[in-house]
Amino acid sequence: MHEMGICDGIVTASLEAAAKENASRINSIDVTIGVLTEIQEEALQFAFSVLTKDSIAEGSTLNVTMVPARSVCGECSAEFGHGRFDAKCPECGSYVCTLVQGRELQIDSMDID
Amino acid sequence: MRVDIAKGILEKNDTLAEGNRELFAQKGVFVVDLMASPGAGKTSTILATIAALRDRYRIAVIEGDIASRVDAEKIAAHGIPAVQINTGGACHLESDMIRRAVDTLDLDEIDLLIIENVGNLVCPTDFDLGEHAKVMILSVPEGHDKPYKYPGIFQLSEAVILNKYDTVSFFDFNEEEFRGVVHDLNPNAPVFAMAATKGEGVDAWAEWLAARIEAAKAVGA
Repeated sequence: MHEMGICDGIVTASLEAAAKENASRINSIDVTIGVLTEIQEEALQFAFSVLTKDSIAEGSTLNVTMVPARSVCGECSAEFGHGRFDAKCPECGSYVCTLVQGRELQIDSMDID
Repeated sequence: MRVDIAKGILEKNDTLAEGNRELFAQKGVFVVDLMASPGAGKTSTILATIAALRDRYRIAVIEGDIASRVDAEKIAAHGIPAVQINTGGACHLESDMIRRAVDTLDLDEIDLLIIENVGNLVCPTDFDLGEHAKVMILSVPEGHDKPYKYPGIFQLSEAVILNKYDTVSFFDFNEEEFRGVVHDLNPNAPVFAMAATKGEGVDAWAEWLAARIEAAKAVGA
């Protein structure tokens, strides 16, 4: 359900951009998604196939780059990668950290004819 | 041909949310977005909050549900303006829905607008509504392990309400572990133990909210 709303954003923005370029067809769309958005790629791909039906993007490929989470420690300024849950500084053990990547929801580019 | 887009997927929602935020600032309305699972006690928490703060602030409520008007009717029965949004299947509220609902309210007569999001611990977290604060409710019967399973919502909430606290002795709920995990995920978020339907523990939450409202007023946001 959630992926449907996100995917609607992808498809709408891509079709708008394609119209501006007078494209006859969209071959592929590249997106970047942070792991902390809780988006499942499988569900996103399913939503994409449904939402692109009967459009110039029907049958196109959705290339998803998943971005792992990284944070900067507020105590010792160390930057470190972490999982969805364990944003704890490996240097000093602090939990007061600022996320620097992992919540991306971005359309990067697309390939059109 | 390759074309660069470099655009946020939720740009449309975020832009509309920014518009909402400007409108709320201009009208001096503080907006809180309440998120929780179905049945955690969102409506009961809103009713308890109304009882605690209605003498100090003029309150209105936006109710988000997939269908029905039952929640808005419950709120309206207490003499509080309430707008029901039916998402018709969507699992979260978006900023354009909020704007349409807000347009039916007289914002000059409102100090505090409470939004009850659709019951869901995942989807509402990605959608900015233009609110000042997102707050979540977890109820004791849902279990102390929920922060492990839904870390995103615990990280994005400015405060966590632990509702149905009066039942804590009947469930295998490890409160120390729960508070520890919430603190690790979100060190600045206070946890308010509450039994909304009995009015227990409501004061600490209401005072926190009142302090946030006054802080927003002071900076004109």
